Amino acid sequence: MKDIRDAQYVAHRSDGAIVRRPMSPHLQVYRPQITSVLSILNRATSVAISAGTGLLVWWLVAAASGPKAFATVQHVIANPIGLLVLFGWTVSLVYHFYAGIRHLVWDSGRGFSLPATHRSGWATVAATVVTTLLIWAIGLSLWLGA
Amino acid sequence: MNDESARVRVMRSQLGRARGLGSAKSGVEHWWVERVTAIALVPLTIWFVVSVLTLLHADQAAVVHWASRPVNTVLLLATVIMTFHHMQLGLQVVIDDYVKKSHLATTLLNKAAALLLGLFSIVAILKMAF
Repeated sequence: MKDIRDAQYVAHRSDGAIVRRPMSPHLQVYRPQITSVLSILNRATSVAISAGTGLLVWWLVAAASGPKAFATVQHVIANPIGLLVLFGWTVSLVYHFYAGIRHLVWDSGRGFSLPATHRSGWATVAATVVTTLLIWAIGLSLWLGA
Repeated sequence: MNDESARVRVMRSQLGRARGLGSAKSGVEHWWVERVTAIALVPLTIWFVVSVLTLLHADQAAVVHWASRPVNTVLLLATVIMTFHHMQLGLQVVIDDYVKKSHLATTLLNKAAALLLGLFSIVAILKMAF
């Protein structure tokens, strides 16, 4: 027994044998729901954004270091993989932004009913899609335009 | 009567409550600061994303010029300080939830990484500003 919580899984069957209780229900038997999926997405995107801050720091340090270092960052970001990473970072940031606001509303004690939760959940998804596409549409048109 | 039952329901000493110490020994501070930084990051993030969009064609000199304007220097500093503080607090919750082995080492790594990344950013911003 490695963890004290494991003790809760140990039980006696009616014939006296010691058995390990099944752990249920668990992730694989739960139907994904908008509430649970968005909840774990908020956490997943937070980790993704954290990893992406490395790019932000690199960009700032390169800009402070000089033209050569800055050109290297720009070059790396502008290649297809760099753009893909940047797009993923944008989606994560935008989702976490709206999901965070949703949490702040909950923290104020509002929006806890099931219909309200579903509505705010889908609104978060819609806002994320629209905002991300808007940022990239503006970004790409500015970038390719001139 | 009602007053009396309300008092009995809280099974903690008044001193413990006053100090705000729960089982985590830190009360609500972690939770609260996470919210405060989140609220700060709402306008700061919008400002940062819009700024980056306006800098798409900027070369290094133009970025430095932009960052050296006092309002941009201050907002950049606020953005990175709030970001790395919020990041460190949030990642700590993830670590507390999932990391069983070497919890302390992972915690220290989280704090160190956030501090160093934050300091790198601050120095870079100040270097551009001055």
